[in-house]
Amino acid sequence: MSTSIDQQWTTRLRRRVAGKLPPEKLLPDTQPAYVSSWIYVFGVTTMSALAVVIGSGLILALRGPQWWHESSIGHFVNSLHLWSVEIFFFAMVVHLWGKFFMGAWRGGRTATWMTGVVTFLASIATAFTGYASQSNFDSQWITTQAKDGINSTGAGAFFNVLNLGQMLMWHIVLLPLAAVVLTALHVLLVRIKGVVPPYEDKVGEAQ
Amino acid sequence: MAWFSFLAALIPLDGYGHYLHWGVINISVANFIVIVLMVVTFIAALLLPFPGRNRRKESK
Repeated sequence: MSTSIDQQWTTRLRRRVAGKLPPEKLLPDTQPAYVSSWIYVFGVTTMSALAVVIGSGLILALRGPQWWHESSIGHFVNSLHLWSVEIFFFAMVVHLWGKFFMGAWRGGRTATWMTGVVTFLASIATAFTGYASQSNFDSQWITTQAKDGINSTGAGAFFNVLNLGQMLMWHIVLLPLAAVVLTALHVLLVRIKGVVPPYEDKVGEAQ
Repeated sequence: MAWFSFLAALIPLDGYGHYLHWGVINISVANFIVIVLMVVTFIAALLLPFPGRNRRKESK
């Protein structure tokens, strides 16, 4: 017989989360044998690069454009931000290729695959608004070239690439928030469903 | 700092970009190199042995 405590949303949510993602599944001690291959390291490489992107971005936000354009340390952190983004995309594309050829949507992993796809798209938008927010001649060139393409889609009515303030806010608030939340969701789904096994194994058997 | 100057001399970044053309395909050399490196990394990740893989098999 269910009590009033059983009906509370906090109780129901806790039981649901604990049922789907018990601690030993969230932070497992071991991984299936097929995970011992270099092709499986690119997801975590992408996340590590994302951590450096966010960290260097926070420092850039603290000090501002004059600092990153004119001081030596500013140049260094600016470069760190750029190159961590390069590694982020490099690792994400290799991860994408690996997962595509593994058919990583198999075994009820459609949501895992789709969150990855949307994260990839959000990351491209984040990188683009970053290039548009550099506040130099490069960003002027990129935005004046991009405006015609964006306007031809109709999105220019609410997404004006020539509006530096808007691009900066998208770059440092909205899109990183989306990228981080989607990445967290993607990783949680990987933990719930497990790493996709190779084609020769039955789905879920090796877990 | 000397090797920074040496590296900068090897890869000049101040000039005009270099582009490759194959019919309708037009790509900068820098982007082409990145794509080639990604393909090489992908193939290497499939072929190179992962440390500890044999040890795991033996312990089974």
